[in-house]
Amino acid sequence: MFRYIAQRLVAVIPTLLGVSLLVFIAIRLVPGDAIVTMLGTEAGMLTARQRAALESYFGLDKPAAVQYVTWMGDVLRGDLGFSIRHGKPVLDLILERFPVTIELALMSLVIALTIGVTLGTFSAVMHNSFLDLFGRLFALIGLAAPNFLIGTLLIYVLSVYFGILPNSGNYVDLTEDPVKNFQQIIFPALTLGFSFSASVMRTTRSAMLEVLGEDYIRTAHSKGLRSRTVITRHALRNALIPVVTLAGVELGYLLGGAVIVEQIFALPGLGRLTLNAISQRDYALIQGATLFIAINFVMINLVVDLIYALIDPRISYGSHK
Amino acid sequence: MLPAKGLRLIVIVAVLVMTIGVAAPAMAQDGSNVLIMARAVDSTGLDPHTQTAFASLRLLELVYETLVRTDENLNLEPALAESWAFSEEGTQLTFNLRQGVTFHDGSPFTAEDVIASLERILDEETGSATRSNLLSIESMEAPDDYTVVMNLSVADVPLVAALSSINTAILPSELIAEGDPAATVIGTGPFMLDSWQPEEKTVLTAFGDYWGDGPYVDGIEIRIVPDESTIMAALRAGEIDFAMLNDPLIATLPMGDSQAIINRAPDISYHVLQLRAAVEPLDKLEVRQAISCAIDRQEVVDVAALGEGTVTGPLTMPAWKIPIEELFCYQQDVEKAKELMAQAGMEAGFDLPVIVAVAEPPTALSEAQVIQEQLKAININVVIESLEFGVYVDRWLAADFTAAIALNGGRADPYPMYSRYFQYGAQFNEVAGYIDDTLDSLMKQGQVETDPEKRFEIFAQFQRHLAEMSPWIWLYNGFTYTGQQPWVTDFTPTPTGSLFYLSEAKLNR
Repeated sequence: MFRYIAQRLVAVIPTLLGVSLLVFIAIRLVPGDAIVTMLGTEAGMLTARQRAALESYFGLDKPAAVQYVTWMGDVLRGDLGFSIRHGKPVLDLILERFPVTIELALMSLVIALTIGVTLGTFSAVMHNSFLDLFGRLFALIGLAAPNFLIGTLLIYVLSVYFGILPNSGNYVDLTEDPVKNFQQIIFPALTLGFSFSASVMRTTRSAMLEVLGEDYIRTAHSKGLRSRTVITRHALRNALIPVVTLAGVELGYLLGGAVIVEQIFALPGLGRLTLNAISQRDYALIQGATLFIAINFVMINLVVDLIYALIDPRISYGSHK
Repeated sequence: MLPAKGLRLIVIVAVLVMTIGVAAPAMAQDGSNVLIMARAVDSTGLDPHTQTAFASLRLLELVYETLVRTDENLNLEPALAESWAFSEEGTQLTFNLRQGVTFHDGSPFTAEDVIASLERILDEETGSATRSNLLSIESMEAPDDYTVVMNLSVADVPLVAALSSINTAILPSELIAEGDPAATVIGTGPFMLDSWQPEEKTVLTAFGDYWGDGPYVDGIEIRIVPDESTIMAALRAGEIDFAMLNDPLIATLPMGDSQAIINRAPDISYHVLQLRAAVEPLDKLEVRQAISCAIDRQEVVDVAALGEGTVTGPLTMPAWKIPIEELFCYQQDVEKAKELMAQAGMEAGFDLPVIVAVAEPPTALSEAQVIQEQLKAININVVIESLEFGVYVDRWLAADFTAAIALNGGRADPYPMYSRYFQYGAQFNEVAGYIDDTLDSLMKQGQVETDPEKRFEIFAQFQRHLAEMSPWIWLYNGFTYTGQQPWVTDFTPTPTGSLFYLSEAKLNR
């Protein structure tokens, strides 16, 4: 088991190196730099000497290869770089924003799994019933309706019909005021959770349908077990593997920040931080944030693989004794 | 997995929790005298001499001040200078400074600070884009603490207007000598910067020793809410007192039951279809004129901006506008357009690539689409190229385009507004793509002429000539929008979009 984890961790290194190099090159290939995005067309009013002064201020005057090597050296020492725009180390910025992102990701995941697994199970068990029809319709809407539409509608309804808007840019974190924090995060979590619950529902439903047709389910039924026990203990447990895979991938995405939802609901998460960094060509921040997101993603993949072993005893990563 | 009882419990808890979430009243600003404001875009930095984005200027105008200021009608009025005068031949400009003004750190404001600030802008190491407007200043002297004399290389009438831009803000000379103006904010303005968390929140507190009227609020909290429809929702819900809005399609949304008000002031920025006469077949005058005649400018306003704008010629400032009837082909005339195309031997039409920045301004793409439709009548096939803003600016600066939809900034004075485009050797002449002797000579006359009536006639002629040569197709100028609750009073919106008059605003909750 530990050996397996260690092997996986070693395999992560080339992935991360690749990501860092790719991002480093990609953002420099995109036209426009920090000076142009700060000054807009006024950048054209600068003389060559003025431009050189600004380039040195933003650290753009050194050759790209030198910049990359310097940055990598810093990263290995635990320093992701410095954002001139924010006037702060990149790591501090990421760690400030990450709790919001984690909270939003976990809450929407819980919402999605609760709705999706429940509805998917009922849909499969009562195959072709009215409930199944409703469940499938729900999934269709959930998959088809984009986040920005659901989020914007939710905000519109809340502000116009209820006269409230839980967050207008005054986000308070969990430790400061848990109730207020909850009010602010529940609607974005619902928006995200709703879309995701649709795919969870569909995956659960089809996996359940498949499992319910297996011989061992018929055996369990004929042993005289209560059908609830058969469904929860025997069928659902076996149907969960694809759901866990799906949830793992989704969590990986969500921990990279839910850009659109953070934008609409004015949440100061990792997604918004990265998006702004891109539009302002804040190279240090883009590189640091992407690397951080990539690390998250691979780690979650590892955890998901380990969870398989917990759900399904047939899967094991240890040496076979 | 979930026993029915457990499931029921979860549902009940969820419903309860949601009710708490929904039922909690908004009450964010009960009784406080701090103005809560929201806007979508944050300042890109704090150094007033280098930050040029509209969003940055709006913040800096609250904390810094300049020698002169433009009022709500774009007239120049005294600010840190009480009065100013040109010498007989116009090559010497003397400012009499206001006495008893202090900086936020308590140090007194004197002539030394003015000279240090303007010298910082003129120093190329600073990287200030506004330097190009101050190049006529050859030297500056301070006969006493409250007088600054500028010796100019040429008579430069528009220099006074250039000194009203917040990019010429006056900083304490000690800060320039020893500190970092990009990180430390010390101005003479009505508000002091308390904290700036980029993309999140800016907190300003009232400056008790401000020399002018106000401020009457204890401070301003500026929140960044990236989505403008969310800002509108916050306004409707009474969660914020004040909002800056950019998109006319959102600013004109119905307010529902809310008492909130939308203020609009005609904006001096102009929406324009820039043609580059340097590129074939736009080098033919008839082709450019045909495009001008084929476009129905009012329809562009009505469709792309929901009627939120006024068809305009090159000058958008009320004091400088001339009736649009005096301008070439401001009434759509497709027949004439076809004739012109025939004269140019281009009846068969051609492809016209037009670059557009995504959401910059929000109406840009719709404007391009309306024009695309209108130009079909003369067989011109507009090919729209939609670009991210940074990419668009790069191509624009490199003059790497045939035509562009642009929103260009206006100025209180016509000279700095167009001297960068339509003069021989001007920084953006290559981008503008057109120049002739008449334009160049009118520009030069406009810089040195001191008689206001003669200056007006020079720039009226300049506008008529521009419209006739059609290097660009001027479309319309829109509005600057702010939203506010009825309890915010005494705020005056301005055509430059400046929020300076928040210093006079009162909160009567």
